[in-house]
Formats: sequence, C-alpha cells, structure tokens
Amino acid sequence: MNRLRAWFLAPTWTVMVTLFLAPLAIILAYSLLTRGAYGGLSPPWTAESYGRLVDPIYFVILWRSFWIAGLSTVVCLLLGFPLALFISRSGPRKNLYLSLVILPFWTSFLIRTYAWMFLLRDTGLVNTFLEKLGLIQGPLPLLYNNFAVILGLVYGYLPFMVLPLYATLERLDPNLLEAAADLGAKPGITLLRVILPLCEPGIRAGSILVFIPCLGAYLTPDLLGGGKSVMIGNLIQNQFTTARDWPFGAAVALVLMAVVMTLLMILAGRDSEDLL
Amino acid sequence: MKRKTPALAIYALAAYLFLHLPLLILAVFSFNSSRFTVWQGFSLNWYGAALNDSQLIESSWNSLIIAIFATAVSTVFGTLCAYGLWKRNSKPLATSLYLNLVTPEIVTGISLLAFYQWIFRFLRVQLGMHTVILAHVAFSIAYVVIVVMARLRTVDVRLEEAALDLGANEWQAFRYVTLPAILPGVVAAALLAFTVSFDDYVITSLVAGVNSETLPMVIYAIARRGVNPIVNAISALIVVGFGCLIMISQRLQST
Repeated sequence: MNRLRAWFLAPTWTVMVTLFLAPLAIILAYSLLTRGAYGGLSPPWTAESYGRLVDPIYFVILWRSFWIAGLSTVVCLLLGFPLALFISRSGPRKNLYLSLVILPFWTSFLIRTYAWMFLLRDTGLVNTFLEKLGLIQGPLPLLYNNFAVILGLVYGYLPFMVLPLYATLERLDPNLLEAAADLGAKPGITLLRVILPLCEPGIRAGSILVFIPCLGAYLTPDLLGGGKSVMIGNLIQNQFTTARDWPFGAAVALVLMAVVMTLLMILAGRDSEDLL
Repeated sequence: MKRKTPALAIYALAAYLFLHLPLLILAVFSFNSSRFTVWQGFSLNWYGAALNDSQLIESSWNSLIIAIFATAVSTVFGTLCAYGLWKRNSKPLATSLYLNLVTPEIVTGISLLAFYQWIFRFLRVQLGMHTVILAHVAFSIAYVVIVVMARLRTVDVRLEEAALDLGANEWQAFRYVTLPAILPGVVAAALLAFTVSFDDYVITSLVAGVNSETLPMVIYAIARRGVNPIVNAISALIVVGFGCLIMISQRLQST
C-alpha cells in the first residue's frame, strides 16, 4: 500500500509546503530584516521589529485584542453552555437543534457582520425601535465601539463553543446525574458539582476554539469597531498595506501565531485525537 | 430522563432568535421600498438594482470562477489526502493541515502576499485570478480532508481487503470499493469548500489583482461606506444560496 499512499498524499503535501509553510518561513525571514527606503526589505538582520511591540502605541492594541477576545470567549461560554445543555437533553430533535446552530456558522461571515451594522447603526432597527417606543431621545451609540466588536465576535463564534460543549455533555453518563439526585442533590447543585466538572474538556476546547479566531479577528473590528477598536489583525493588515512596514507586520503576525500555537498545544495536551 | 425545564427551553428559543433573527431581518428589509429602516411597502427595486449593477455582476462571475476552480482542485487533493491518511496517519501532514485551519486568516493572507511578491521577482507574473485560486486551494483543502475523513471512519477496512484478495490492485480497490462508499462525503466536502471559497474576503483582498475583484470585496467596499439596501438584497440571495448548499451538505454527511 505504501507506494500508492505516497502518491495520494503528495498533492496536498505540495500545497501545504509551497502555499502554507514556505510563506510562513518567508514571514519569519522578513520579520528579522530591516525596512528599506521605499518600503522594501534589506539587511541587516535584526530583532528590532519585535522590540517595537512593547511600544505603548502598539501595546495598547495587543492588550485590547487580548481582553476583547477573552471577554468574547467568556460571553460565548455563558451563552453557549445552557444552549448545549438544552440540545443534549432534547431527545429525538437533537440533530435538528444542532443543525440550527451550525447553519448560521456556514453562512457568509461577511454578511453576518454586515447584518449587525444594519441593526446597530444610528438609524438602524434597534435605535429606530427604541425611539418609536419613546425610550430614548437621540440614537444610542451602538456601532463603532468595543461593544459592537464583542457582540459581532460572540455572534460569529458561538457555534465553536456550543459544538464541543455538546459533544462532552452527550458523553455524560446519565447514571451519574441520577446518582446525584438519589443522594439528595438539587438540580442546581448537580449542575455545579457534577455536570460542570465533567464538562471541563469541552469547556477548554470550546474556549480555545473561540479565543483563537477572536484574537486574530480582522473583519469584525474593521466593520463594527470602525477605527476605534483596532485589534492585532488590523494592525498586521495596516503594516502590509498602508504603512508598508513589512518587517514589523511580519513580527506582529508571528507573535500572533506563537500565541495560537501555544494555545493549541495546551488543547492538544489531552484530547488531540479529536482534532483531525 | 426528566422532562427538560421550561426555563431552559425559553432560553434556547432566545439563543436561536439571537443566531437567526439578524439575517432574517436583513432579508426582510431587502424587500423594503425605502432605503431607510422604516417599512414603506414591498418592492423588488433593490434586487433589480443589484442585478443591473455591472460591478456586482462582474465580481460575482469572478467569485464563481474562483470558487469552482478552487473547489475542484481542493476536493480532489483533499479526498486523496484523507484516503492516504486513513490508510496510515502522517503526523506532520495532519499537523500542518490542522495548523492551516486555525491560522488567523490575516496571517495566511499576508504570508501568501509576501510569498507571491517574492516569487514574482523570478517569474514574470502578477497578482490576479490565478493567485486567488491558489490561495483558496491552500485554505480549503483542510476542510475537505476533515469532512472526507469523518466519512472514511464509517467505512469497513475489510471491504478493501476483500477486493485485494479477489485480485484488485490498490488503485482499483480505491476506485471501485472505497470511493463509491465515501462519495456522499466527498460531495458534502466539495459544497463546503465552495461556500468557504465564495465567501472569503480577508485572504482574497490581500492576494487579488486589479482584474480579480470578488463579490465579497465589492460588498465589503460598499459596507464600509455604510448601510446600503443593495447589499441587503445581495446578502439575502447569498444566504439563501449558501443555506441550500449547506443543508444538502449536512444531509449528505449524515446519510
């Protein structure tokens, strides 16, 4: 079998090496070069680009990215857990309810983000509605701030939280819950002391799967944050387009990759078999 | 099992509304005759305007061509790869695919851009449809591998062994025994790859040239200037189209 198998793997190997690994290697090289006179790249080799990350102007952006991604992850967990619990207990309609979570996820991310622009802008549906009710005088500033970015990220990545949580809840032995009830635990206590601890792998997987795309988000902060909520992704894009400082952009991108890979290694620690 | 508590069911209803209502509202207002968020009566004006917009039509064609080519290549490559990995896992390849899947799009995009610029020093080519198609192949293979792999796990290895015992060669065993068994999974994977390719903005915008503007790039440019009912109309069409493809894909994956 080995002869044919090599031929089966070869096309994908070629694509991965030339269009994924080699480009990353080039980024690594660029991050160590110096910016030339016209935005080009030139020696000497230096780690100066990495040093600039602690510059307050950029550090603010890194810090903002981390707390926005972290808060979005927590909100996803709080919103996603009850939903996963509901799906796991809904008997024969499980698959339908699960599809209803997955369906919006595969719908265009750009359009889902645009939908929130449509709802949140000054003359959007939410403001119009509240004004009609007489609850507010002028429009609330709902769009172009951190709140809108977090809302967009939670909306976008909630399915990433629900799916692994559902998978662990599904594997939960119902006898354990009965045992807890027989021993006199109220439902709330069972939830806190039995279900939650047993869901730890799902919570960890879901949190990492949500945190990673949130941290690297580009579209959501650009459309919903509108310049005031710049995140790492926007910083990288800016360095490669407008600012034309490729070494610095490459350094930021690699730092982001390092964070992503560290998180993945934590995830892969125990349940790496589920990944692929 | 106990009856589920009504509180949980009510919460779930609210969560589903949160997930689905924004797109539904967006679609409803694509039929509004006014450009403002006040209902003024039913009209198909914005659909008419969208279909008469040459930039939208042209970019839709580009998106379609790119998605078809990228899907064809990534489905073939990804299916072969999943089969090879199913026979015997290759840790480095599986890891690269997984890493590829979780790499933030912006990082994939700028590294491809840097890579292309570097290559162009030696070759007389420029950014265009071909660079976009290659980029799309690179990021959609991993999706194909995952979906086809899930399907392969349900296939009985002994079927192929029987075919080999009966005198089939390795290729025939794949072509006439395993491939037909995983075909629904392959089609499902192709549909997913198509939607992922058709929808991509971040990577595409970085590696596209002057003549390869895609539909998401046009939508993005309009959306950045503010809300426009034409985008609502386009969005409704895409959401319905994607919805059908995804539902077919889900159905195929569960058969």
